[in-house]
Amino acid sequence: MNASTRNPGLTRRGLLKSAGAIGAAGLILPASYRKAMAEPKRGGTFRIGFGHGNTTDSLNPALWDQAFVQVLGNTMHNYLTVIGADGQLEPELAESWEASSDAATWTFKLREGVTFHNGKDLVAADVIASLNHHRGEDSASAAAPIVEAITDIRADGDKVVVITLQAGDADFPFILSDYHLPILPAEDGRIDYDNGIGCGGYILESFEPGVDAHFTRNPDYWKSDRAWFDRVELYAILDSAARQNALITGEVDVIDRPDLNTIHMLERAGVNIISVSGTQHYTFAMDSRADPFSNNHVRLALKYGVNRQQMVDTILSGFGVVGNDHPIGRSNRFHADDLEQREFDPDRARHHLREAGLDSLTVDLSAADAAFAGAVDAAVLFSESAAQAGININPVREPSDGYWSNVWMVKPFSAVYWGGRPTEDWMFSTAFAAGAPWNDGFWEHERFEELLRAARSELDEDLRAEMYFEMQQIVRDEGAIVIPMFSDYVMATADNVMTPDQIGANTTLDGVRATERWWFA
Amino acid sequence: MAHIWRMIAQRLGFGLLTLFVVSIIIFGATELLPGDFAQAVLGQAATPEAVANIRRELGLDQPVYVRYFDWLFGVMQGDFGTSLAQRGRPVSEMIMSRLGNTFFLAIYAAAMAVPLALTLGVLVALWRNSLFDRVANSTALSAISFPEFFVAYILIFVLAQSGYFPSMARMPAGADLGEKLYRAFLPALTLTLVVTAHMMRMTRAAIINLLASPYIEMARLKGMRPSRVIIRHALPNAIAPIANVVAINLAYLITGVVVVEVVFVYPGLGQLMVDSVSRRDIPVVQAIALIFAAAYVLLNLTADVISTLSNPRLMHRT
Repeated sequence: MNASTRNPGLTRRGLLKSAGAIGAAGLILPASYRKAMAEPKRGGTFRIGFGHGNTTDSLNPALWDQAFVQVLGNTMHNYLTVIGADGQLEPELAESWEASSDAATWTFKLREGVTFHNGKDLVAADVIASLNHHRGEDSASAAAPIVEAITDIRADGDKVVVITLQAGDADFPFILSDYHLPILPAEDGRIDYDNGIGCGGYILESFEPGVDAHFTRNPDYWKSDRAWFDRVELYAILDSAARQNALITGEVDVIDRPDLNTIHMLERAGVNIISVSGTQHYTFAMDSRADPFSNNHVRLALKYGVNRQQMVDTILSGFGVVGNDHPIGRSNRFHADDLEQREFDPDRARHHLREAGLDSLTVDLSAADAAFAGAVDAAVLFSESAAQAGININPVREPSDGYWSNVWMVKPFSAVYWGGRPTEDWMFSTAFAAGAPWNDGFWEHERFEELLRAARSELDEDLRAEMYFEMQQIVRDEGAIVIPMFSDYVMATADNVMTPDQIGANTTLDGVRATERWWFA
Repeated sequence: MAHIWRMIAQRLGFGLLTLFVVSIIIFGATELLPGDFAQAVLGQAATPEAVANIRRELGLDQPVYVRYFDWLFGVMQGDFGTSLAQRGRPVSEMIMSRLGNTFFLAIYAAAMAVPLALTLGVLVALWRNSLFDRVANSTALSAISFPEFFVAYILIFVLAQSGYFPSMARMPAGADLGEKLYRAFLPALTLTLVVTAHMMRMTRAAIINLLASPYIEMARLKGMRPSRVIIRHALPNAIAPIANVVAINLAYLITGVVVVEVVFVYPGLGQLMVDSVSRRDIPVVQAIALIFAAAYVLLNLTADVISTLSNPRLMHRT
């Protein structure tokens, strides 16, 4: 969870090398960036340019997907819990919580003195309505699967909410920090998201989907040491050249997703590049039900046939780290640091092919830039490196339009983007648990399921760590997903934008909380 | 004059028919695209249950023809429906501000491009095959030959990075006309560079074509100055082809500028159309398609009326 920040004059490679030498835990900043540690102060209009934003975006949290609406949500709303910059869970609207001994019943105590932008006090009914928005048979929410485990929510007085789960889940409070689950004021047991009222640090002034959103500071915000700006403006600037120009010419103060191919030009223009390595990873999913991927030796041959470092260097321009065929990032609590890193090894790939009874292998790999930026190039690279092991990968360029409905989880071998999840259980349950809707390897593993269930309700941290280590090993060696690289969250900021010395690694823009945590010099 | 009115009425009738056909084609084409709104808006997060629930909520589970006729009857009563993405927001309201922006940019660009193109056209016809003609022609042709985004990037590089003009054409709320003109200058200039060549060369060709006519020769023989020959005698007869090419370019300025909108982050109709197609937000796609088609129909009609009025032979045809 290092925030590596650099100015012109300090090269990224040099920085990464010295970071590696000192040890990944150190925070390395160039001397000129020390001013970042100055005391935060109020004022200014903070403008962010996003590489996302669509005219179909809405204020309905159930349909939020990309960074623009995630930041929108985190700017105007608060959540029960929030993931801190250090990756630990922090209380937000929930002041404290406790679990029953089986971790299946959770009691949340709400904070006193929190008011919505319309002056209404926060009470338990608001929390219940906000969570119920995603639950039930008729749910049209993208967050339905993550709240599926909730069997009952009830109020105990005005300030206590009791949530009952199907089964124990030690990480349940983490789920409540998900960007789909802001707390909105309830009216007759329902939330009216269209009126734009929340209890966050800024009040929504206007929102033009796919164009911009404007906010003013909430004068009654309950946090005194957050939300430093007078105004916040979010802009959708889809074209990466336009986004970079907007930053260089001072039209915006921060941009996300600068074009990595031309990032050296941004550095020359005197802006700061912030790069945080987190949970975001790019994968190639194999359908483990379909031949030839049903044979684990074939899957291993493919895993050994990918040149990971080359992908990080070319596709990510070095802004990332190699993956080890499991989805747990280095910033996660239970990342298996001791697990041996899988390297490109054509001989072992050949060996596994022989074990599978094959002399050579020919497969189609579907990719489109909708999967992730550079996915088609990555497929070609994969094909080149695998060819050295006698594997013919035929990269198929699919249309970006409709990629998620027509290619992903439909074609047997496809490129995929994962934002990652803040907890091990969440990530594994989402994409590796048997029968999970997004288990894109269609993978089932008995021992893995057993561990997944046991670890979920286990409250002893050491035991959990052991179980998650074993699960990472199982996924690495028997899983159906090639995970060659973890991609950094990369942002560029103007000189006068100050950040805390630790930046959230759970998603882009400081855990999509930049509007709350950053300030102007 | 009655002849003109009859023509206008007839053409408007055909125009309506065109719009009807366009609406069927667009609706059908959007249907043919893989996926629907529910899948597109949920993207990677789509689960079968959520997709089914959204479809049911929005009536997307109805057969195609039911949805089309629902939409058509709504439109006949002046109701374009609500966007699938923002249920509380009528399509008309969503489109209005974008339409205003699109017209503003189109008029701004046209106000620069049309006088420039016509003046240059007359001048190059006057001094044809001179050095001026060659320089003007090759400059205009190079401007039109580069892709729009390239022209736009060059302008940003030269005029925005040096700080003369903003690279983003976003309009702050309550901006006055002066500021609007300033902020939208680069996109308008880009479009001017892109459309000028076509109009200029058409003007030149139309005038030069006429210069071979006997009545022009007569004018010359009686000792008239070349500039007067062109402006008094050639230009009025060249109005018909010029009006046509101007109409086509104006229609293009309204309908075809999505690339410029994206590069300059200008919230116009083109971007809305592209977004709505990619998310299969059919009511919005349909409404914009109708606006675009109507722009072509009306501009072509205007061009035809102008050419008829400019030509007495057509005026007095029975």
